[in-house]
Amino acid sequence: MAKNPTDHNKRIDQPTGTAFVGHEWDGIEELDTPMPRWWLWTFYLTIIWALAYVIMYPAWPLVNSATKGMLGWTSRGELAAEMQAADVKRAPLVNALAAIPVEQLVANQKLYQGAVAGGAAAFKVHCVQCHGSGAMGSKGYPNLNDDDWLWGGDISAIHYTLTHGIRNPDHAETRQSAMPAFDGILTPAEISAVVGHVQSLSGKAKANAKGAELFATNCASCHGNDGKGLREFGAPNLADGLSLYGTDKATLTQTVKYSRQGVMPRWNDKLDAATIKMLAAYVHSLGGGEAAPVAAPAIAEAKAANGQP
Amino acid sequence: MAFRIIEHGKLERNVALLGLFALVTVAVGGLVQIAPLFWIDSTIEKVDGMRPYTPLEQAGRNIYMREGCYVCHSQMVRPFRDEVERYGPYSLAAESMYDHPFQWGSKRTGPDLARVGGRYSDEWHREHLKDPRAVVPESVMPPYAFLAEHDLDAGDMTGHLTALSRVGVPYSKEAIAEANADLVAQADPNADSAGLKKRYPKVQVRDYDGDPSRVTEMDALVAYLQMLGTLVDHKKAAAQQVPNAEAAK
Repeated sequence: MAKNPTDHNKRIDQPTGTAFVGHEWDGIEELDTPMPRWWLWTFYLTIIWALAYVIMYPAWPLVNSATKGMLGWTSRGELAAEMQAADVKRAPLVNALAAIPVEQLVANQKLYQGAVAGGAAAFKVHCVQCHGSGAMGSKGYPNLNDDDWLWGGDISAIHYTLTHGIRNPDHAETRQSAMPAFDGILTPAEISAVVGHVQSLSGKAKANAKGAELFATNCASCHGNDGKGLREFGAPNLADGLSLYGTDKATLTQTVKYSRQGVMPRWNDKLDAATIKMLAAYVHSLGGGEAAPVAAPAIAEAKAANGQP
Repeated sequence: MAFRIIEHGKLERNVALLGLFALVTVAVGGLVQIAPLFWIDSTIEKVDGMRPYTPLEQAGRNIYMREGCYVCHSQMVRPFRDEVERYGPYSLAAESMYDHPFQWGSKRTGPDLARVGGRYSDEWHREHLKDPRAVVPESVMPPYAFLAEHDLDAGDMTGHLTALSRVGVPYSKEAIAEANADLVAQADPNADSAGLKKRYPKVQVRDYDGDPSRVTEMDALVAYLQMLGTLVDHKKAAAQQVPNAEAAK
């Protein structure tokens, strides 16, 4: 090993014809076998590739930004191009949707079907978290398949709810109502009587005069004398046996005592107008849409898809 | 190759020379990767609306880290169409400039949370954190019901904010002095929150956990989630993110 490999005397290994490196360990010597050509060329190609890449694409970080590269590629530019291409593809439907007032959408069958399809996709992204993947809702989150509506089930009302939301404190046009919390206004006995009366409206309890009287003075202004609700205030129909939170005594007592202030986000600051119209059409198509000369198959399909009769 | 600047044999036999060449080689990689960090402030594009976290949001953020939320949730919307369509405008570097450490994450078992603020109601968050499957039947997220039972023990927020200000988060002296009061004020709609609102624009003051009588860990975490991605106005910010015109064509 003391020998410098540069001064070795270029001895050739006879069987292979390759020169020795000059290293020797216990009589075993190392051959100076060149690297395979294919490997070497691949290596040179990667160097050329790297150089070209550095020239063509953003690479070296400088003081304020990185080198831009000859192609001018940016991830944001690529995204913008992709979004633009998608917009162009969607343009016919979107433009048509933008032009048509939402209340006329149902009458335009072809456009309506397109909107429903687009709405179904948008629903999966933005709405299923609360309303469930089948739009069947859960406690506190309305089922959108049935015809029990708090604020109205025609397409314009649905569209308004989607656009402005429900009880969004930062938005003036949001749907707003506040049921008073009757804890402290009514005594526990009175609350119990009112709850009994509310249950009696859907036949779940016997009628009681005291409850009816309290209902007439405290609740009827919003829910109506017959308890059928008033959509102007988002006051639910209490006589249909359906309820967002439950119709058992404990749940109703909780509702009367502390009130419920369900919130739905507004979407006008998150989604474009066409998507909101698509969602309105989709929700309207689910089965409970009102004043809708919609083709029955759409409804039947939606119901079948959601496992409803 | 025939042409050699230096014989490799020499390099292998000379420790000083080998050390020098190794240093040069490593320095190239180091310069490219490390040097930009020293002037990174100038490479973060300026956007309006960013402010440091309020003490309650910061406490929520600590719970987020404690519970390992970042293991399953990322906080970075990448500039791809599928992500932008689902989560909203892509994240900007400036949006995590007050994050120590940042929560970009590297894996999405659950969805990205960079823009989750304002997307759901507080009640939804409470329900979902207590029992994820109550609102998302197909969810695999573990329940965090205990958050609503534990009173928030954030520690001394004054010290916390001081530490953050030392690494460059621009908390004012006043903000640091009032940190512990601000922590409680944000979760109490009846408290005097004028100072808090002045110090932290766009702060959302309300009872987050549905129990106004106490400040729980749920309050803090929901407050944090509800502010994520809400500070920058992206319609305005879009003008500042001019994509390369040629590539956009």
